[in-house]
Amino acid sequence: AALNDGLRSQVSAALKEGRVTPAELCQRCLALIKSTKFLNAYITVAEETALKQAEESEERYKRGQPLGILDGIPIAVKDNFNTAGIETTCASNMLKGYISPYNATVVQKLLDQGAVLLGKTNLDEFAMGSGSTDGVFGPVRNPWSYSKQYKEKSVPKSHSEDEESNWVITGGSSGGSAAAVSSFTCFAALGSDTGGSTRNPAAHCGVVGLKPTYGLISRHGLIPLVNSMDVPGILTRCVDDAAVLLGSLAGHDPKDSTTIQDDFKPFELPNLTDVSKLSIGIPKEYHAPGLSSEILALWSKAADLFKNAGAKVVEVSLPHTRYSIVCYHVLCTAEVASNMARFDGLEYGHRSDMKDSTESMYAATRREGFNDVVRGRILSGNYFLLKQNYEKYFVKAQKVRRLIANDFVKVFRSGVDILLTPTTLSDAAPYTEFIQEDNRTRSAQDDILTQAANMAGLPAISVPTALSERGLPVGLQFIGRSFQEKQLLTVAKWFEKQVQFPVIQLEEVERHDSDVFQHQKSASFS
Amino acid sequence: LAPWVPVVGLEIHAQISSNSKLFSGSQVQFAAPPNSLVSFFDASLPGTLPVLNRRCVEAAVMTGLALNCSINKKSLFDRKHYFYADLPAGYQITQQRVPIAVNGSLSYSLCIDNKMSQMVTKTVRIKQIQLEQDSGKSLHDDIRSQTLVDLNRAGVGLMEVVMEPDMCCGEEAAAAVRELQLILQTLGSSQAVMAEGQLRVDANVSVHHPGEPYGVRTEVKNINSIRFLAKAIDYEIQRQIEELENGGTILNETRAFDSKLGCTVPMRDKEGKQDYRFMPEPNLPPLVLYDAKSLPANMNHQQVINIDWIHERLPDLPSVKRKKLVEEYGILPEHSFTLLNEDGLAEFFESVVKQTQMKPKKVIGWILNDLLSYLKQHSLTVKESPVSSFLLADLLNLLEKKEISSTAAKQVLAELWKGEGKTALEIVKEQKLELLQDQKELEQICQAVIDGQENE
Repeated sequence: AALNDGLRSQVSAALKEGRVTPAELCQRCLALIKSTKFLNAYITVAEETALKQAEESEERYKRGQPLGILDGIPIAVKDNFNTAGIETTCASNMLKGYISPYNATVVQKLLDQGAVLLGKTNLDEFAMGSGSTDGVFGPVRNPWSYSKQYKEKSVPKSHSEDEESNWVITGGSSGGSAAAVSSFTCFAALGSDTGGSTRNPAAHCGVVGLKPTYGLISRHGLIPLVNSMDVPGILTRCVDDAAVLLGSLAGHDPKDSTTIQDDFKPFELPNLTDVSKLSIGIPKEYHAPGLSSEILALWSKAADLFKNAGAKVVEVSLPHTRYSIVCYHVLCTAEVASNMARFDGLEYGHRSDMKDSTESMYAATRREGFNDVVRGRILSGNYFLLKQNYEKYFVKAQKVRRLIANDFVKVFRSGVDILLTPTTLSDAAPYTEFIQEDNRTRSAQDDILTQAANMAGLPAISVPTALSERGLPVGLQFIGRSFQEKQLLTVAKWFEKQVQFPVIQLEEVERHDSDVFQHQKSASFS
Repeated sequence: LAPWVPVVGLEIHAQISSNSKLFSGSQVQFAAPPNSLVSFFDASLPGTLPVLNRRCVEAAVMTGLALNCSINKKSLFDRKHYFYADLPAGYQITQQRVPIAVNGSLSYSLCIDNKMSQMVTKTVRIKQIQLEQDSGKSLHDDIRSQTLVDLNRAGVGLMEVVMEPDMCCGEEAAAAVRELQLILQTLGSSQAVMAEGQLRVDANVSVHHPGEPYGVRTEVKNINSIRFLAKAIDYEIQRQIEELENGGTILNETRAFDSKLGCTVPMRDKEGKQDYRFMPEPNLPPLVLYDAKSLPANMNHQQVINIDWIHERLPDLPSVKRKKLVEEYGILPEHSFTLLNEDGLAEFFESVVKQTQMKPKKVIGWILNDLLSYLKQHSLTVKESPVSSFLLADLLNLLEKKEISSTAAKQVLAELWKGEGKTALEIVKEQKLELLQDQKELEQICQAVIDGQENE
């Protein structure tokens, strides 16, 4: 079995048949993590516990009693999910060294099915950002920066600049998870998605990023950014794998009162051949300012792909899209101000040495524990929540949110099944360029194509589509109806098959796993 | 001098009697070792979420119905933000926008004079009842310059009952609170013991001249008993009147009652107006309640609360119980108040009545004058009484059959009180307290006495 094999189709079978053992898989991933350390994708590597889990999995396979498809499969988890006994930092000084006593529900579910937890991945501090550049452990590097495809296309600059300073960002805030999946150090990873934090890095790193419907997957144990928009996100190398992960994670959790009560039945994705009954909507407002001509062309090409295959492709309108950034800013910062109030240094986490009074201890702790981005959002949020401002900002934003959500309802009611949009405005920016603007500006720009789905609670998925002229991945996004993940993923899978996105050519991976490139698919879409 | 009209409103926090807390599964228990009843959610560990406790909702619905409130079929939860050591999350989950119950009323009775011979009934409007979390406790250790925090109480369910400013003095407030306490205890929705912090009362007090708008009000906190409640309110009313008559002004402030000095003092902590930055609690969907009409057909009844179902099962409230006692036993209304005021006394009375031929109207005297005063003297509860209803009934039977006089009966009772296991009859025989019925025997004794006198 190769590191780029699909879970259901290949790895699981290989494990069952004993062609590869869980311990071998685990060791290969751990070795690759070590040799790709420069990516800075992982904050914590749980080597001992992972090997132990792999051993236990091996025992089960020997007995012929694996727990399921995920038994023995190495996975990574974004460092804002609680993992018992393994540090959970949210890439913040506030939680450096914090060892949670409990597992997030999604983590527990994965462990219960025998998955092997390799480690916790890097992110923007407390998931605030769109670059995975603003955490205390440093930025995450996009593995494609080191790919043959990117290096071939890079114009060598002045002799003083080298590969080191040319690397591109992963996007964010689940950049570590996206990089981990992209560089083959794990088969799947958990991210979180509040305004696009799973789909954005998925697009930039050439992997599949799924944002499920709000209320489908439990948030118990996910350290919240915006409780009314957060969802656990799924990052995998192919759409089928995303369906497997979704099946193992979805369903009501009594510990999370915002999960729906209805029974969830895991599904296998059919191989769609006939798209003639499908109606694809192209929202005109998603031709946003700053959208690169390259991505615009790809988007158009994708629409044609569906049309030529017999689907109905129509232009639709989501008129309140242009208000979504401001609306998101108000609601997000207000919730952040509230959610961060618990970090006072008393019960857990960082506590300042300042002892003059409780109040001064709070202030020093929070100044020392939080970065600028977090502090900025807390201040904004508190401002919006002041009694004199509440109606003008918070309540107004709630109303606008309803309008944005209604836009989608109207479009889906008119007969459209799925919306097709770009995921990002351009391919991944070089780090040195990205940090020229501040976090707030970047987030506002980069979230525009993804955040409306969070406001409306809808499921959305980014599928790697083609390489840009610079040799970097570009993804396109599908947005579906509430709780219609099966239809959404079925269409995404059909699209994935059509575009045949190329496998990343990474020297480190080639060294570890020569099988990877035996079945290399060519990039047929660009 | 123009007369003053005092205005008193109350905010009462009643701890809900439940096994576990409002939003988490940790236990509710008084005086447990510090931080032994704290779940991850109570400690505000990041990533934990609130899960509403059904029993707490039922308790609030019961209380709302007993107070004649409209129960809101849809109510909402909010976050109230402030920083304090005993509030781990930095906010309290409460119901600010739409509480669970509104627009009720509470009737209570007062004696016109001290002799309890004339009772008058008054009503106070209940503005609302809301569900909210209790905070933990913090103890300030000034010697070591540290604050000790115990989170056992953090997250325990509270019902906040808001009484409109319809009261005019300490006595009215005390009577209203006493009646509320009895109602809560009858329902079982709260044990409402003030000494254990299960019932906390804050008073809003102001004064004005008739015909003029209401004056500035102060909030009085830190009141630990019903007796102190009346004292604190009356003191504050006087203080405000004196201040205003001397040309001063009343500050809209929070004051604490100092029970040792018997006065109210400004509270240093609460200076300045707090902006609580209320925000909807995003992790809790709206609380939806049903009644028989609105209950969907195939809904799992474990998942829903049916207001009508709860209404049908409400026990007799104190006012109903009193009425029944008066009607059934022919006792005076003020007697029924005293019976209900003492835990277990009404049951004791009824038990005695069942076991004796003496008329209830006579029994009541023995209960309220004799038994009760013994209990009070020795600070005992009815449950702890060394004289059981059986023993007392037995004694009263002797009296009824005219086998002893009522003076003798009191003597016997005193002896019974010692709890030495003797019956009334045994004591009577021991102390030769039998009433002599035989006319001839009596004449002989009298003659002997007279003869004895003549000999001196």
